Amino acid sequence: MFQYVIKRLVFTIPVLIGISLLLFFMLRMLPGDPAQVLAGQMATPEEVENIRRQLGLDRPIHVQYAVFFSRLVQFDLGRSARTQNPVTREIWARLPNTVLLAVVAITLACLFGIPAGIVSAVRPYTWMDYLVTSAALFGISMPVFWLGLMLVVVFSILLQWLPAGGTGSWKHVILPSVTLASFVIAFIARMTRSTMMEVLSQDYTTTARSKGLKEEVVIVKHALKNALIPIITVVGLQFGLLLGGAVLTETVFAWPGLGRLIVDSILARDYPMIQGAILVFGLLYIFVNLVTDLLYACVDPRIRYD
Amino acid sequence: MKEQDKPLLTIEGLHTCFHTLDGIVNAVDGVDMVVYRGETLGLVGESGCGKSVTALSVLRLLACPPAEIQGAIHFQGVDLLGLDREGIRRIRGNAISMIFQEPMTSLNPVLTIGEQIAESVRLHQNLSGKEAWRWAETMLEMVQIPGPKQRAKDYPHKLSGGMRQRAMIAMALSCNPQLIFADEPTTALDVTIQAQILNLMQDLKQEFHTSIVLITHDLGVIAEMASRVIVMYAGQVVEEAPVRELFKNPRHPYTQGLLGSVPVIGKKAKMGRRLQEIPGVVPGPLETPGGCRFHPRCPKVADLCRREAPLETVLGEHRRVRCWLAA
Ligand SMILES: Nc1ncnc2c1ncn2[C@@H]1O[C@H](COP(=O)(O)OP(=O)(O)OP(=O)(O)O)[C@@H](O)[C@H]1O
Ligand SMILES: [Mg+2]
Repeated sequence: MFQYVIKRLVFTIPVLIGISLLLFFMLRMLPGDPAQVLAGQMATPEEVENIRRQLGLDRPIHVQYAVFFSRLVQFDLGRSARTQNPVTREIWARLPNTVLLAVVAITLACLFGIPAGIVSAVRPYTWMDYLVTSAALFGISMPVFWLGLMLVVVFSILLQWLPAGGTGSWKHVILPSVTLASFVIAFIARMTRSTMMEVLSQDYTTTARSKGLKEEVVIVKHALKNALIPIITVVGLQFGLLLGGAVLTETVFAWPGLGRLIVDSILARDYPMIQGAILVFGLLYIFVNLVTDLLYACVDPRIRYD
Repeated sequence: MKEQDKPLLTIEGLHTCFHTLDGIVNAVDGVDMVVYRGETLGLVGESGCGKSVTALSVLRLLACPPAEIQGAIHFQGVDLLGLDREGIRRIRGNAISMIFQEPMTSLNPVLTIGEQIAESVRLHQNLSGKEAWRWAETMLEMVQIPGPKQRAKDYPHKLSGGMRQRAMIAMALSCNPQLIFADEPTTALDVTIQAQILNLMQDLKQEFHTSIVLITHDLGVIAEMASRVIVMYAGQVVEEAPVRELFKNPRHPYTQGLLGSVPVIGKKAKMGRRLQEIPGVVPGPLETPGGCRFHPRCPKVADLCRREAPLETVLGEHRRVRCWLAA
């Protein structure tokens, strides 16, 4: 098990190198000139040329990559072309916000999505099931920005209970995380429902009932434990996506997270910033995947890592 | 009346239907039967004739809806269909337990074998966790699983099909039930393993004084194990007889077909023939033919059979047949 973890961690190195390569060259294929963007519309060709040289963009592309890579191995992601601040510092400033939002959202999603899915699987085609499935449909199809705005209208403007945006207290976290969680709750609820229905129709569920176990025991101990494997997969994937930043939610609530940082950097063709942010995102994603895989082994004895 | 002669389970007029999108499926349609203490009752019939549904109806293991169970089922005088959920739950796995056909899918893959046996003991016998676990080990030893202490800690995927079925039997016997429904317990296993499992069940039955309702397609198994046989066709009982009677003198053309027309007593190889000798297939539960349900496949069909459904004719004690020819 321990060896497996080490092996997986070692494997992240080539993956990250691959990401950095792909990212580096794909970025440079984007239309638009970072020097031009930075210099502005009114700049003279000389000024643009000057900025280009400052950024090192006049050198051949493989040299640029070599420079980037040699800094990368020293954990130096360079300076933002836009703000001149070190990329690592900018990312460090945003990362906790993103992680906070993602953790709260995924916790809410598990707390509400899994029980809702179980209830509707256990009592299919009853009013409770219809309530859950239609709420889930609503949650999945509703645009995030619209839901966000509606929550702001109700809870910030009309009721004045919660701040409309920004960070600072736990109150600031509520609206953005609820907005972000709504889709994930719906997604997890649907997934849980279909998996539980499947598991509840398996032979071993009938065996469990034939032993005279209480229905709660049949559902939680016998069925849910089997259903957890696909549920963990979905939760892991969704958590990974949330860590990548939620551009729309961050925009609606003026939440300083990674998502908006990446979008702003792309608009400004701020190569170092984009590269840094996406590498960090890749690292987080790999880590979440590793934890997900380890969780499988906790739930399913048929999976062994050794 | 001897203790032996008291009925343990009586089923009267059992009707189990399923409300499906295609219509009402009458899976079991008016079944009567009695199970006595310590006996092995064979329940035979082709696939789809309602054997499993009968067993599941007794323990009310069918989801209602879509299933609907009518009739009367009494176990030691207790009306099982009248019990509340808690009441039937106390009977399941405790006084009546089940062994299922597919050892591969009937055990929970994420719980250890020991835990799956121990949990019902903890529940029904009020044993502590440790005592229940030790009992689980004892049960595994009793069903002749080598290294029971180690096996108790294993998950089902580590066991072979035969081992799993042994574990399943250990589970079914763990609370010392009075009655076991064994629903094709050996169909999924190799022939050699089949014989071992059947012998094991036979031995344990003696030891625990348990009654068994043995559901099977296999007349060889019936000849080996059962003392009395009930033959089902399309949701109904078509014949009942003590096992020797049935093999010597089958009265229903369906039973005769099952036995391959010429019953030979004492030659087990011949009796072991599977059920392929009857032309045609079992009618689907939605297309039950009028008149006698067997008439489209019956070699001795008469006009009356097409027009009217035969009633049961009682020929003696535990000897009845549903056929116009016997009436
Ligand atoms: N849940 C259900 N919904 C609808 N129909 C069902 C259901 N369960 C069983 N049936 C129908 O009831 C009939 C009897 O099924 P049952 O499983 O009792 O047959 P069986 O005699 O045990 O056959 P086999 O030997 O294949 O196990 C079949 O026609 C089947 O299609
Ligand atoms: Mg069956």
